Amino acid sequence: MARVRSVPQSAAKNATMVCALAWLLPGAGHIWLGRRRTGLILIVTLPAMFAIGLLLEGALFPFDVEQPLVVLAALAEVGIGLPYLCASLLGLGDGRVVAVTFEYGNTFLVVAGLLNLLVVLDAYDVAHRRK
Amino acid sequence: MTSHFWLMTLFAGFVSLVFALVIQDDPMQQLRFGAMLWVALSAGAVLLGWLMYPLPL
Repeated sequence: MARVRSVPQSAAKNATMVCALAWLLPGAGHIWLGRRRTGLILIVTLPAMFAIGLLLEGALFPFDVEQPLVVLAALAEVGIGLPYLCASLLGLGDGRVVAVTFEYGNTFLVVAGLLNLLVVLDAYDVAHRRK
Repeated sequence: MTSHFWLMTLFAGFVSLVFALVIQDDPMQQLRFGAMLWVALSAGAVLLGWLMYPLPL
């Protein structure tokens, strides 16, 4: 039988706030829920993965409704939260198509966002004491 | 930082770490699950790479 660890009562009531925080700052939701070790690992790992994607000259995709696949990639990248917003404001993520690592960079950026969405769902489950 | 193999193993490491943290609760189980997933992803990619030599897509 799965072991359910104690969760602060306020966090259980504010699952929506936990999810919003977990999306905005990867790992912050888990820290709020008392899972500090997991949260601290995530708060380092996911932004690092996103930053490596930028270093590999991946692109921050635009929300171009005429290209549905590009919109999906953009939605996945937004999943990382604050790092995406910072990168956008700083004008990073232009993406150099001719770079050898361009596709790797895109993969790191998109998957970092998707992994953070998975972490948000996990935080939701923890807040509702399902884990 | 342009080695395909190094980038692939790094990517597998990130994915394994997050999945281990989300799926398992106990630190030892997380370590075991993460290591197994990392090896499976890396070895699977190498195996697929070899299979694509005689069977190109």
